[in-house]
Amino acid sequence: MESILNIRNVNKIYQSAGRELSVLNQINFSIDRASTVAITGPSGSGKTTLLGLCAGLDRATNGTVELNGIALEKLNEDERAAVRNQYVGFIFQNFQLLPTLTALENVMVPLELRGAKNIKARALDLLDKVGLADRSHHYPVQLSGGEQQRVSLARAFSNQPAILFADEPTGNLDAETSEKVIKLLFDLNKDAGTTLVIVTHDLELAARTSRTIKIKGGVIVSDENPGYAE
Amino acid sequence: MQNKLPKQSIQLSWLFKMAWRDSRKNRSRLLLFISSIVLGIAALVAVYSFKDNLQHDIDAQAKELTGADLVLDSRKGVSKAMQKMLDTLGNDRSQEKTFASMIYFKKGGGSRLVQMKALQGDYPYYGTLETLPVEAGHQFQSGQDALVDQTLMLQFGAKVGDSLKVGDISFKILGTLVKAPGQTGIAATVAPTVYIPMQFLAKTNLIKTGSRINNKFYYRFDDPSGVDEWVKKHETKLESEGFDADTVESRKEQTGRSFKDVNRFLALSGFIALLLGCVGVGSAIHVYIQEKLSAVATLRCLGLKARHAFFIYLIQIFFIGLVAAVLGAILGTCIQFLLPIVLKDFLPVEITMQVSWSAVAQGILLGLIISILFALPSLLSVRKISPLNAIRISFERTGKKQDPLIWLVYVLMIAFVVGFTHLQMKSWLQTLAFTMSIGVAFLLLILLSQTLMFLVRKLLPDSISYLWRQGFANLYRPNNQTLMLTVSIGLSTAFICTLFFVQGILMSRVTLSSGSNQPNMVMFDIQNAQKKGLDSLTKSFKLPLMNQVPVITMRIEEINGKTSRADTSNRRAYRNEIRATYQDSLTAAEKIVEGKWIGKVKPNETVYISLDQRYAQQINVGINDKIVFNVQGMMIPTVVGSLREVNWSRMQTNFRVVFPAGILEQAPQFHVLMTRVPSNEVSAKFQGEVVQNFPNVSVIDLDLVLKLLDELLGKIGFVIQFMAGFSMVTGWIVLISSVLTSKNQRTKESILLRTMGASKKQILAINAIEYFFLGVFAAGAGLILAIGGSWALAKYTFDAAFIPPFPATVLLFGSVILLVVVTGILSTRSILNQPPLKILRTGS
Repeated sequence: MESILNIRNVNKIYQSAGRELSVLNQINFSIDRASTVAITGPSGSGKTTLLGLCAGLDRATNGTVELNGIALEKLNEDERAAVRNQYVGFIFQNFQLLPTLTALENVMVPLELRGAKNIKARALDLLDKVGLADRSHHYPVQLSGGEQQRVSLARAFSNQPAILFADEPTGNLDAETSEKVIKLLFDLNKDAGTTLVIVTHDLELAARTSRTIKIKGGVIVSDENPGYAE
Repeated sequence: MQNKLPKQSIQLSWLFKMAWRDSRKNRSRLLLFISSIVLGIAALVAVYSFKDNLQHDIDAQAKELTGADLVLDSRKGVSKAMQKMLDTLGNDRSQEKTFASMIYFKKGGGSRLVQMKALQGDYPYYGTLETLPVEAGHQFQSGQDALVDQTLMLQFGAKVGDSLKVGDISFKILGTLVKAPGQTGIAATVAPTVYIPMQFLAKTNLIKTGSRINNKFYYRFDDPSGVDEWVKKHETKLESEGFDADTVESRKEQTGRSFKDVNRFLALSGFIALLLGCVGVGSAIHVYIQEKLSAVATLRCLGLKARHAFFIYLIQIFFIGLVAAVLGAILGTCIQFLLPIVLKDFLPVEITMQVSWSAVAQGILLGLIISILFALPSLLSVRKISPLNAIRISFERTGKKQDPLIWLVYVLMIAFVVGFTHLQMKSWLQTLAFTMSIGVAFLLLILLSQTLMFLVRKLLPDSISYLWRQGFANLYRPNNQTLMLTVSIGLSTAFICTLFFVQGILMSRVTLSSGSNQPNMVMFDIQNAQKKGLDSLTKSFKLPLMNQVPVITMRIEEINGKTSRADTSNRRAYRNEIRATYQDSLTAAEKIVEGKWIGKVKPNETVYISLDQRYAQQINVGINDKIVFNVQGMMIPTVVGSLREVNWSRMQTNFRVVFPAGILEQAPQFHVLMTRVPSNEVSAKFQGEVVQNFPNVSVIDLDLVLKLLDELLGKIGFVIQFMAGFSMVTGWIVLISSVLTSKNQRTKESILLRTMGASKKQILAINAIEYFFLGVFAAGAGLILAIGGSWALAKYTFDAAFIPPFPATVLLFGSVILLVVVTGILSTRSILNQPPLKILRTGS
């Protein structure tokens, strides 16, 4: 099966108080198109750093990250922004909705950034899918946490991304709301045929994906049901 | 498979749309941020509009300023050749002799020194002598009639038809003089004018030897286009005859020039207000952008390019800056209507206030430039916000690189401040001094805040109570506001206090006091023959003879063997008439600073004279230089023996040139006598007697002059306070908005503490401690800078002593701290009054 993400010999070292701090060490894996993958591990294991590198939010100290056939380490920040806009969707733990934009406008932003047509109808359609069509003109502050995360889902799928990264998508939600949001996430993902990468502590959530990569101390300690193995 | 890199083209319209959306809920706050420049722009637009209108009115009313196409005037007598020339010039001509003289109101018995103008001819040819009744202005020359200035009429309760004694004869008051061409309100108050027909001048018997008369010749030309050329052609001749020429064009330039300084002062006051505004904009936008960090990071995750994020906020600042600039321009246009009211007594022309579109445009452009330029350091940092901030609020950057564009912006900011200051000051030295002091103040405040943070961190004892520890720790912990608030509060305090102190220096410098032992009446133009009689009269009123000095009028003929023709670079020295004295000892107001004072000279000995050191500088002479004086026809060679420092503010007669006793005793001279009158009644009676018995003697009532000076200074003081007020108010706005904008830094912490069970009182105490110490350090630093700056200004610019007024200084210090603490606590209270959950959910 074709890979959408290839990570090769990736290291990430931070300078902290004049000392080098190795956060990721020799990471290698690939993710198949349209698969669902969970990256799990304890706090401080390097999960979020890895997500940042995979999504082109940051550069690896060494190694290569290839997303949808594009080597990210060769790109500058603006080119990586274009890649994110075209191929990547995000769901954040703290929702990260733009507070001054309505729910509808938040969903429209990725489409507007790529200069798409028929934006409003598409955004409304997505809000309808997440059950918030009637709240489209509400600002984030007027929505509950679960509603905010559903708007975030609609926004993540709005640009029909090739790959979707979710960083602890239920971390800020109660159990009942979490369940609803996760169901919605997987349903939307199935419909869109998107590759889904979830960073989470939640083993139950991880179990719902087709593959789980476990990290500890900056190295991969297990890769269950791997689509690619060295 | 290698995919192609996607292309992204973001339309400008979307950036505008996004800027609009992003500014929602922030617009009023943004406007508050920028409000600090509104007053600065208002001040500048008001000043520029006033300048434009003044220039326009000077141009339009220039002919009314001179009242003629050509005015020739001289304090010297007129030679025959010159008289011939004067009699053939122009198509219409008038003549006026101006001199100081006493007048006596027969009905009320009051007397006062006035500026007497004896006029012959149809002057003014342009404009009118504005009188009440109107026809009096051109009828008074037909009979033995006078026009009397309205302030005098009011002072003595005189009415049209009353009689007025001038010298030996009486005139009927035909009309009240409201305004003469080119006369300012203040000039009329200080030296009120009385017009009489010239045909009666001789009969007054006022013109005596040594009388100081200004001869003016007014000309009207059917074709005035060649007047300036004529003046240029005859410049040398006019100068050698001691004549000054004034044309419509030259008066236009001269009037414009004399208001340049006023305008410069006004513009500089406005500019200081604007500089404070710049500090306000800089600190406010810094906080605003910090709050936008998360939104920008999210947008970057969604694919927004760095430069587009930058443009979104640039567009916001542009429009908010535009709104502030337009508001400032509107306010300034309204204020400009106040300026002529404030300055009306100093203006020689009628100001027709109208909107000056060029001033408005300049103000708006300046507002925009400042908003953007001073917001740019923070705006540029938007480009550096990493998308990683969206998933991780604080992350460690791998290698911080300094943005070269930031340095470019700093250079532009300095260039802007230097350039604009130079536009106002026109002198590079002053510009550099001004900008360097601002730069040094800025750096010192940064240094102070760093030192403060370092010391608090090192010295904060663990043993003190939690509230104090937390309050102090807020000064150096991450997200502290110490640097920003120290700089903005410190600079505002420095500006406010400097303006306050400088105002005090200016006011005290010009305030004259008349102590109980000081003379309060001066009589001059006393002829040799009148000396004894006047002494007796003074004694008969039981008044002291306090200061009796002879005055001799003379002119410099040669300096070190060079006459005015040869010494072309020093013409001024030869041109002006000098009133000198002779004395055998120095007075209390004089101090020798160079050379040796010689008080007596024997016949045929070298005459060593003493010069006021400033005068010596002006005419480029020093010790042992040789000067030949022309004492009304007699040449007296002298050598500069000493230079004196003269305290001109003492109430006594002082002279630039002092001769030793033994040489000028026989020269034509008049005398000055000073005395002290105990009351207004005695003064009026005594003056009346002097005018009756010695009509040519002029009497100056110093109490009246002091009162007039007081009024004048009050008016000048008001202008200074009016303009300084802009800067002060802007300073307060910057101070308040700095504290208000910084509250967001503490919001989350306060709420978290609240959630953990801290009481409202405890949180307020923590914030109060932090703001109190910030206020103390910043205001203290600002005050020290202000005292240093004011001292330097007093010493090097105003040549005055400066002692900071203790109560006012303490009051200023206390009020800044109070304002910082109260504003800080009020902003915290507004957060604490809401449920913590609401704040935690909204994020701020």
